[in-house]
Amino acid sequence: MKEYQTITEVSGPLVFAEVDEPVGYDEIVEIETPEGETLRGQVLESSEGIVSIQVFEGTGGIDRNASVRFLGETMKMPVTEDLLGRVLDGSGNPIDGGPEIVPDERVDIVGEAINPYSREYPEEFIQTGVSAIDGMNTLVRGQKLPIFSGSGLPHNELALQIARQATVPEEEEGDDEDGSEFAVIFGAMGITQEEANEFMQDFERTGALERSVVFMNLADDPAVERTVTPRLALTTAEYLAFEKDYHVLVILTDITNYCEALREIGAAREEVPGRRGYPGYMYTDLAQLYERAGRIEGREGSVTQIPILTMPGDDDTHPIPDLTGYITEGQIVMDRDLNSQGIEPPINVLPSLSRLMDDGIGEGLTRADHGDVSDQMYAAYAEGEDLRDLVNIVGREALSERDNKFLDFADRFEEEFAQQGYDTNRTIEDTLEIGWDLLSMLPKEELNRIGEDLIEEHYREEEPEAAEVSAD
Amino acid sequence: MSQAEDIETVDEDGVIESVSGPVVTAADLDARMNDVVYVGDEGLMGEVIEIEGNLTTIQVYEETSGVGPGEPVENTGEPLSVDLGPGMLNAIYDGVQRPLDVLEEKMGTAFLDRGVDAPGIDFEKEWEFEPTVDEGDAVEPGDVIGEVPETASITHKVMVPPDSDGGEVTSIEAGEFTVDEPVAELDSGEEITMHQEWPVREARPAEEKETPTIPLVSGQRILDGLFPIAKGGTAAIPGPFGSGKTVTQHQLAKWADADIVVYVGCGERGNEMTEVIEDFPELEDPKTGKPLMSRTCLIANTSNMPVAARESCIYTGITIAEYFRDMGYDVALMADSTSRWAEAMREISSRLEEMPGEEGYPAYLAASLSEFYERAGLFQNINGTQGSVSVIGAVSPPGGDFSEPVTQNTLRIVKTFWALDADLAERRHFPSINWNESYSLYRQQLDPWFRENVEEDWPEVRQWAVDVLDEEDELQEIVQLVGKDALPEDQQLTLEVARYLREAWLQQNAFHDVDTYCDPKKTYRMLQAIKTLNDEAFEALDAGVPVDEIANVDAAPRLNRMGTAEEWNEFIDELESDLEEQIRSLY
Ligand SMILES: Nc1ncnc2c1ncn2[C@@H]1O[C@H](COP(=O)(O)OP(=O)(O)O)[C@@H](O)[C@H]1O
Ligand SMILES: [Mg+2]
Repeated sequence: MKEYQTITEVSGPLVFAEVDEPVGYDEIVEIETPEGETLRGQVLESSEGIVSIQVFEGTGGIDRNASVRFLGETMKMPVTEDLLGRVLDGSGNPIDGGPEIVPDERVDIVGEAINPYSREYPEEFIQTGVSAIDGMNTLVRGQKLPIFSGSGLPHNELALQIARQATVPEEEEGDDEDGSEFAVIFGAMGITQEEANEFMQDFERTGALERSVVFMNLADDPAVERTVTPRLALTTAEYLAFEKDYHVLVILTDITNYCEALREIGAAREEVPGRRGYPGYMYTDLAQLYERAGRIEGREGSVTQIPILTMPGDDDTHPIPDLTGYITEGQIVMDRDLNSQGIEPPINVLPSLSRLMDDGIGEGLTRADHGDVSDQMYAAYAEGEDLRDLVNIVGREALSERDNKFLDFADRFEEEFAQQGYDTNRTIEDTLEIGWDLLSMLPKEELNRIGEDLIEEHYREEEPEAAEVSAD
Repeated sequence: MSQAEDIETVDEDGVIESVSGPVVTAADLDARMNDVVYVGDEGLMGEVIEIEGNLTTIQVYEETSGVGPGEPVENTGEPLSVDLGPGMLNAIYDGVQRPLDVLEEKMGTAFLDRGVDAPGIDFEKEWEFEPTVDEGDAVEPGDVIGEVPETASITHKVMVPPDSDGGEVTSIEAGEFTVDEPVAELDSGEEITMHQEWPVREARPAEEKETPTIPLVSGQRILDGLFPIAKGGTAAIPGPFGSGKTVTQHQLAKWADADIVVYVGCGERGNEMTEVIEDFPELEDPKTGKPLMSRTCLIANTSNMPVAARESCIYTGITIAEYFRDMGYDVALMADSTSRWAEAMREISSRLEEMPGEEGYPAYLAASLSEFYERAGLFQNINGTQGSVSVIGAVSPPGGDFSEPVTQNTLRIVKTFWALDADLAERRHFPSINWNESYSLYRQQLDPWFRENVEEDWPEVRQWAVDVLDEEDELQEIVQLVGKDALPEDQQLTLEVARYLREAWLQQNAFHDVDTYCDPKKTYRMLQAIKTLNDEAFEALDAGVPVDEIANVDAAPRLNRMGTAEEWNEFIDELESDLEEQIRSLY
């Protein structure tokens, strides 16, 4: 390993150094400052005689006298099952005062793409206990389903509720029939200490920490490190899922901070910026994170991702949510108006979507009426929502009886179906029964998305009694 | 093992000078533009994209982590080409035509390792060859000399390569051959095999492009009914995420009445390709009853696979499509999404520090798009057969804004525009193709076909539907201000009819066993049934029956069940007579 004292330029998070031996692209670099501090970085561009290095911890303290060592390998994550229960910093170093981690393997953090031919299509229903998700935007094992939120909205509460309540119904009671266990990987990027505490306290309170691995890059940690943290988290997730048979739920928060870090690096490299200053390759870069979810033929485990992002200005056409939505398998959208109405969780189902829902629901998976109920509720809620604008202009009296029913439907949909609180865990049966309570407000002939036999079976001829739930 | 060792390299090897992501520069490499090279100690596959002085720039089709200056670069001296021959159907390739199943086997893992190469067709497999010409016959470039039963539904035609000189057949025989064993010999001494290679960036030659007059029937009501595409035509489906681009493309791949389908997953989701691989073998072609997979070739270069191979996957796909066209087949190519291809061009271009055009895209974006769509068409082939390539490209505009360069440049070329609409998708109106914005410039040239093969008055009935939907659009603006009840009764009735057009006819559930495919005859009859309601209702209105009473007849909501009705002829017969009877009984 050769050591150089040849730094020629320091610019933002980048360092340029002269070399007299070839250095590999993406290789890991250690820089020792004159004060004796060791910083780590990665080769961004390698040319004959000169390399540019992106320093994870920030370039503060680096000067011409700093020494540069090239480790001759790309960045690796030391993985082992013993990581469960551990808290690491954003570069993967333990910060919980626990014992040293003895790795089973050291794995390249830039994961190789899963061969599409080797994937297994995800179709196992995960019951999150949240009606707006289970009923209308069903999550399945191996899916990547982000939460699109805004600053100040309760996305953390929702993510925690999902992490606490998620089960695969016929496998309840701990381990499933194939012996796979459940694990949570939490990757924090640039969140505040307060938010971090919120997660840690919940993990500790519920005992979830034991089956979790936590990676913490906080708001005051170096921004460049944020580009590494999710890769460490996902490398760990893949190891646990595909080598050790765990069903892994990965929560990444906040993707917006990750993208800001990408933008910062791009600017430092004087790249031609893409939309709103974010790098032109951001789609590819995000895909390299999000696509690390799924199932693989012949392996027991799975990686399910719930990335959280806060949409700048609540704008879902902003490049961060936009590129995300183009890659992930749907999105759960949090809504500021619903939040101020006190709806918990304030999920707006209309812009939300689960692309893997169709194959994960129905007879034998959830219930035969699930798809039709969901479609019908979407159509009815959308119609009610539209009418609200009109009511503001012409008043309720000017509307037909039919229209008034749709208006009532939209109200009750929010107040009874979406509203449930962060501690209520509803079974899919509960969720669908509430759905029928609401749909039975509408005349039978209006239920044109539902099969006639299903209407026969579930439609409540009488005015439904308040939320009486059949439990079969 | 790298293919590099198998390929005879010329003495033109160079040395890596610098590495930045997928872009590598090499010194002292004697190469031509678009030559395929093997980069570094691991022999990663790449293509020459720029030559300047002693420096050659290469885009590398695999990850370059760990590759550094000083490592060797070997030139194959060949441009990026595909292997053509039996064995491409029922296959799944990456962007440079490496079969993904073979890669899985060779790499021994579910993850895509690098430095592994594999030919696009199996060189060991033996195929049953049946000659269609005799010894002594004269053959020209492109001529079919024999046939191979490739899959359950497709007969592969073995052709004289387009760049051959042709001549007299001196020997030809039926039998079992591998793709590189000669099946025939010409008097010039040229041996003909079932294997051809063709450089992907060059269109295969054809005699002439013709005006298409036959629709590519998709079994999707809104497409066949309102915005049909021709066999040999082009279409774009732009839409924001979640609006239905991929489902529409999958529906076309499943149900379109093409002979061959080439499906290119360009920079999109891995699971969407897996879905096709899992579903298609189980689905039947409505025309032949054979598994759909046996007419399908898949190309999957997902978003997380190397970006340079994303740039090339479009060309790989269209070259394979042209090869089947040369056999006289109707080929349909779906590209999901052409925006990812454009972005790949942008990414490479910016690494080359080229002067950016609009929104950072290279200045040659428009030219590349039109070159690609130009390869679609109904062709008179050089062997005298007629074949077609229809191209349907999904477009993914940032923020769903159609004014961006890829959408705009595409719309200048394609003749069918299926505009997806986020608002419709939100209310789960699928397919969420906006009927006011979309268009097909093929309508008129296809009308004769529809008249002859579906119903004589198809264009008139369609026009009726278009008019009602237009009128609804105008009325809705008023309704937004005053409410529906304030409208005169005839307009209220029009709204009611339009609602059935939207909900019962335009909507079609891709996931319903019956509704997923709609025969054009059924599409026509469903429309007629709604028109029956319309005609009866307006007569009743004229006779003084109040609109509420008309709208409330029992039979009307049954219109919504037509799509899912299996015995649709009987269902619609009964429904129409009930509508007549019930409405007439009101006065
Ligand atoms: N014709 C259709 N029938 C039923 N559902 C559809 C249809 N088209 C789209 N969808 C629904 O919309 C979702 C998103 O569609 P998709 O084609 O994946 O969108 P895009 O490719 O534009 O992002 C699908 O997962 C499906 O639930
Ligand atoms: Mg899509």
